[in-house]
Amino acid sequence: MSSKSKHNRKPKIAVFKFASCDGCQLSLIDAEDELLGVVGAVDIAYFPEVSRTMLKGPYDIGLVEGSVTTHGDAQRIQEVRRQCKTLVAIGACATAGGIQALRNWKDVDEFIRVVYATPQYISTLKLSTPIAEHVPVDFELRGCPINKYQLIELITATLIGRKPNIPAYSVCLECKRKANVCIAVARGTACLGPVTQAGCGALCPSYDRGCYGCYGPMETPNTASLTDQFRVLGQTDEQISQAFRGFNAWAWQFRKASEECERK
Amino acid sequence: MTGRASRTIHVETLARVEGEGSLYIKLMGERVADVKLKIYEPPRFFEALLRGRHFSEAPDITARICGICPIAYQMSAIHAIERALNIRIDPSVRLLRRLFYCGEWIESHTLHVYMLHAPDFLGCQDVIEMARDHREVVERALRLKKIGNRIVQLLGGREIHPISAAVGGFYKVPTKNQLREMVEDLEWALEASLETVRWTGTLDFPDFEQDYEFVALRHPDEYPFNEGRLVSNRGLDIDAAEYEDHFVEQHVKHSNALHSVVRGRGSYLVGPLARFNLNFDKLPEVAQKAASEAKLRPPVKNPFRSISVRAVELVFACAEALRIIREYEPPALPRVEVPNRAAVGQAITEAPRGILYHRYAIDDKGLIIAAKIVPPTSQNQKRIEDDLREYAARLVAWPQEEATWKCEQAIRNYDPCISCATHFLKLTVERAEADGL
Repeated sequence: MSSKSKHNRKPKIAVFKFASCDGCQLSLIDAEDELLGVVGAVDIAYFPEVSRTMLKGPYDIGLVEGSVTTHGDAQRIQEVRRQCKTLVAIGACATAGGIQALRNWKDVDEFIRVVYATPQYISTLKLSTPIAEHVPVDFELRGCPINKYQLIELITATLIGRKPNIPAYSVCLECKRKANVCIAVARGTACLGPVTQAGCGALCPSYDRGCYGCYGPMETPNTASLTDQFRVLGQTDEQISQAFRGFNAWAWQFRKASEECERK
Repeated sequence: MTGRASRTIHVETLARVEGEGSLYIKLMGERVADVKLKIYEPPRFFEALLRGRHFSEAPDITARICGICPIAYQMSAIHAIERALNIRIDPSVRLLRRLFYCGEWIESHTLHVYMLHAPDFLGCQDVIEMARDHREVVERALRLKKIGNRIVQLLGGREIHPISAAVGGFYKVPTKNQLREMVEDLEWALEASLETVRWTGTLDFPDFEQDYEFVALRHPDEYPFNEGRLVSNRGLDIDAAEYEDHFVEQHVKHSNALHSVVRGRGSYLVGPLARFNLNFDKLPEVAQKAASEAKLRPPVKNPFRSISVRAVELVFACAEALRIIREYEPPALPRVEVPNRAAVGQAITEAPRGILYHRYAIDDKGLIIAAKIVPPTSQNQKRIEDDLREYAARLVAWPQEEATWKCEQAIRNYDPCISCATHFLKLTVERAEADGL
């Protein structure tokens, strides 16, 4: 009896938030058509944004949103890792430090003085860092925000024990599949599509603007070549550096590219 | 035996709010000695990291302050910069921005009314538990929310952090036919919103009224989204440019969010109650009628009834979206060119949770020199604490668990967004238990 009920136990899912905007965990609630199906298949054990019920671990799957920016959070992520069998970092904050990683190139004490009248009330780390810089992570789901269908694919794959089908190729492939005219070639628009991982569905080029890299670097990005191409399009090194320094600024490939332009 | 001792109500992690906060209330006998809505969400320093970035990036960067209301950030940023640079936009672009905001209000209000707030009234821990006994209600909510999201997706590419809004207009605008495809869904959504007003009217509301200063935008011809003067029921009537002369942010030790007060007066309330009470005459007839049937007449001073007022705003947003779609003709150009020039500009728009103020100073290369952002939740934060101070005093005789839940519900009246306020909230109701209590 007890072994049967153990076998039928639904997997326990927990959602944790660090420094972030809440958008990635909202993606799960935004999956309106799939939501009741997902909550039928799992046990939402800890998801404060949705429920007052907060069950203790251990959990089968832990989804972590946000970056680590405080001493307290640097300790909390260790405990979260211990409690989760599979730990997944979701979104640009959790996988690359997020837009708040722009502080990593600045004096954070000066940042505090700009925003807060009484700086001594604020406790923060000098760097905003991704989850993988603190604990081993089983999978990183990219995007600012993540794609809700990729999230459901990831949860489904994890539940049945297969590898999630989430491509690491560039936005360019998505553009080609949509038969978009290349805005970089046809209009000379600076576009990060060639070095950015797919997943958004080539949204920005489809709306007549250059990709701004919100899914972070693709598997093997040729940032040096794209930097040269941006120069041909008339961009200054300062502009190119800032283009790489967006929502995934601290991802090492983008970080390196932005710092190379800065040195010139 | 219950009278003199002190006790505390403490909620370490507030649920069903956006972001991380806690509550701490200390009761000394029947007196509320201390109320702290703590925001421990880590600070992200947006105002500092915007410096040195080009103004065209401000809508996309500030959207990342909040995944629930990114359009509000995009709209306030865009309007502040356009005001700084004296940009005139095409009337069709103006209509599309209103439609964009309708989508966000529908999505955000539906999320809060049904998924975050309603479980409190029904005694459920969450919407999942609510779905067991009220499945058709939850299914209505999901479909309604999806329709709001579809508007955002159509105009902006995706629901969260949409990519099409720009200073000067949109990167790409929809065709008439694309918008017309939304009509059938929106007609259903209008009926579902009317049903939402009726349904929320059947809930039990605590008898609790406060004397608020309501602050909202007011426009001569329409229910406010992007434009208008900032007014209150206590005589405030100013342009966005004068905001900082009348409102001050205070940094308090227990919070990573700044408390905002009206200079010389104190706390104030922004959001659906304020908009409804100050702009009832600008609601379309269908929304006014729904409000009257639910016995909502301005001024509504019971914050627990905000759930019904949000439902009335759902009716407004659906009716307004239908009106815009019927009137829409695409603009000649999706956006106008915006040259670099040194300037300063401010704007206020109505986020789902209330007014959102942005100010930017830009140099002659178009780079941001200084930015200031005041989100709705930091403006409501002091008011939430004031409500709790009054409300908790009525709960002294209640058992701990029920009193704690009621205090949480009182916070959720405001649909607080902690991610926003930090640029918000942890509930400790501390009650030193009386012997034998």
